[in-house]
Amino acid sequence: MNAGTGRSRLDQRRAPIHEALETFRQMRVVPFDVPGHKRGRGNPELTAFLGQQCVGVDVNSMKPLDNLCHPVSVIREAEELAADAFGAAHAFLMVGGTTSSVQSMVLTACKRGDEIILPRNVHRSVLNALVLCGAVPVYVNPEVDTRLGISLGMKREQVAKAIAEHPNAVAVLVNNPTCYGICSDLRAIVRMAHDAGMLCLADEAHGTHFYFGGGLPVSAMAAGADMASVSMHKSGGSLTQSSLLLIGPNVHPGYVRQIINLTQTTSGSYLLMSSLDISRRNLALRGRQVFHQVADMAEYAREEINAVGGYYAFGKELCNGNSIFDFDTTKLSVHTLDIGLAGIEVYDILRDEYDIQIEFGDIGNILAYLSIGDRPQEVERLVSALAEIKRRYHTDGAGLLSQEYIDPEVAASPQEAFYAPKKSLPLRETVGMVCSEFVMCYPPGIPILAPGERITPQILDYIEYAKAKGCSMTGPEDPDILRLNVLA
Amino acid sequence: MEMWFSEFHTPDVKHSIRVNRQLYSKQSDYQRIDIFETPEFGRVLTLDGNVMLTERDEFIYDEMITHVPMAVHRDAKDILVIGAGDGGVVRELTRYDRVERIDLVEMDPQVIEACRAYLPGNACRMDDRRVHIYYENALKFIRRCEAEYDLIIVDSSDPFGPSEGLFTREFYGNCFNALREDGIMVNQQGSPFYAEDATAMQRSHKRIARTFPISKVYQAHIPTFAAGYWLFGFASKKYHPINDMDAEAWNKMNMRTRYYTTRLHVGAFYLPAFLEEMLREVEDD
Repeated sequence: MNAGTGRSRLDQRRAPIHEALETFRQMRVVPFDVPGHKRGRGNPELTAFLGQQCVGVDVNSMKPLDNLCHPVSVIREAEELAADAFGAAHAFLMVGGTTSSVQSMVLTACKRGDEIILPRNVHRSVLNALVLCGAVPVYVNPEVDTRLGISLGMKREQVAKAIAEHPNAVAVLVNNPTCYGICSDLRAIVRMAHDAGMLCLADEAHGTHFYFGGGLPVSAMAAGADMASVSMHKSGGSLTQSSLLLIGPNVHPGYVRQIINLTQTTSGSYLLMSSLDISRRNLALRGRQVFHQVADMAEYAREEINAVGGYYAFGKELCNGNSIFDFDTTKLSVHTLDIGLAGIEVYDILRDEYDIQIEFGDIGNILAYLSIGDRPQEVERLVSALAEIKRRYHTDGAGLLSQEYIDPEVAASPQEAFYAPKKSLPLRETVGMVCSEFVMCYPPGIPILAPGERITPQILDYIEYAKAKGCSMTGPEDPDILRLNVLA
Repeated sequence: MEMWFSEFHTPDVKHSIRVNRQLYSKQSDYQRIDIFETPEFGRVLTLDGNVMLTERDEFIYDEMITHVPMAVHRDAKDILVIGAGDGGVVRELTRYDRVERIDLVEMDPQVIEACRAYLPGNACRMDDRRVHIYYENALKFIRRCEAEYDLIIVDSSDPFGPSEGLFTREFYGNCFNALREDGIMVNQQGSPFYAEDATAMQRSHKRIARTFPISKVYQAHIPTFAAGYWLFGFASKKYHPINDMDAEAWNKMNMRTRYYTTRLHVGAFYLPAFLEEMLREVEDD
């Protein structure tokens, strides 16, 4: 019987890495190999903390357990099952986070000097990959919702324009969805890219569940995209740092493997790999039901939060057929400016006073991540805490800034700018200069400035405001972000 | 044959009660509910293996959580009771003629059903015409209330299970909002004796103290709870638990109680030194 999604050809009840580890445990093999803790015996404090069960399967590559750098047996089978479950031609288990998936995807598609079309609101890992390989970004201006102050998807005509203006670009990269759950018209963009002879790459860090949901936006593989980076550890339930890279039939899996091996560890963690294997099985067998419940819970939370008043928990009503082609209803994003607090302030109050940790807060919004592990009673806590915060802190919101899209001027490629001779200047003296480093709030990790971009007063205002509101800023050499490195 | 019910009060301390027979056992949507018949304590209700009440000593808990605030707030008419599906608090409240409305919010209908069937001494007044039962999550229920109650009694299970949400700042804040300007909230506050319980007690005291202008703690001796030593929180917008207690008025009602007296009322707020210190620590924090 093929259990699960209906499209499976393989038996999704199998979990080959998990099974091999169970067998291996029973063999009681004497370890004269790494890791040196030797099933935890050499590190009793670690064993007491993580548990014997866990350290006992923290083992090295070996014939019965396969090798992530060149899978031929159980890892390969696990990858085939993952490809089957996600409707991909091939799947790669990744152990360096979705950052490693995204980088492998970009490094596969681009080499030095190539142009790649992408929205500016990409994750830092995309632009990091451009620093590594020397490709040049062609930014498509994402629409901005002026009320919410968030970047949306790419409009079809904007993508078409970028393709027409840069016919030699090698790929189009799409967020599917953005961290707020907003999707572009992926099918149309795939078609446009393919018609122009370009690859279509999808950053699905926030879209694992699209492969297992009724009523959710289309997944990259279903839309015909060529590569997709899927954060299994986010909505999929696997361990932090585990991820999947999926490819379609137009990309050579052997080449992708070579690219992955350029930067990937040769000691892939079996804890991470088995977590991918077991999570894939769970999603294939039960994902539809689970994500249906998650979406229902998010919908309930939206209704309750909107009933509190002042807050705006947004949903599918935003869809406009183009820059918001679809919306991921499992995402619980809430606009907070109308109660007089920046999103980052609500984020801090929730943690400091209510012991509730949410995914992130930015200038105008918060995002609470709902997933496979959530229960209604915790959702009630979140809603009640938001009601309390409104009661205690509500103001008219004077002096709050909304986020605006700042159209970047790319003066140099990220790689050129990153490695060029540079000098460090106080923030305010950098106006008009070309930045040589990243500046971002983390999370969500979307750069405010990327290497090669010209610095404007508007950008500096934004950085100072975000700092003042308590956003965790990262990127520059100067950890306090009082100075920036610019091209000399 | 020997049959014993055991409950770990800490990983290293176990409290056991001999059992004659098990009368009820059911896994509800929220928890496992059991009722035992025991030679020493009569019938015993446990939730997820934790003793909630025994017929023998429930009077101590139910009298202390009810009569202390009722002796302070002389006009308490509209009362919200959270948890307390066994009915003991409702039974005590219905003894006051001035009470006009008792809203009982219990998330688990199975608890009420089991207690009605097997603990009639507690559940005997659940059909009083003033009692309205809502099967709802209390956090959700109370979000919608504003200046509606004179007294809120939070009779929850311990803070490590399904009742966790009733020990949070958001809950206490919403209770504050649901009370009238002279309202009182009383809650079961756990035990200060064993370390893990003491930490939980401090955390909830801290949250209450930051929410209400008056926040005091009082104690009682309850043999079947951890360490036999239990605390209640008294949080109030206006009335002081001792200075505003009207002993004469309460005693005039001639209500027969087995634990509570107006003299004990005052004494219950005098706490041992270690506990005073624990409370001060989080109040000053």
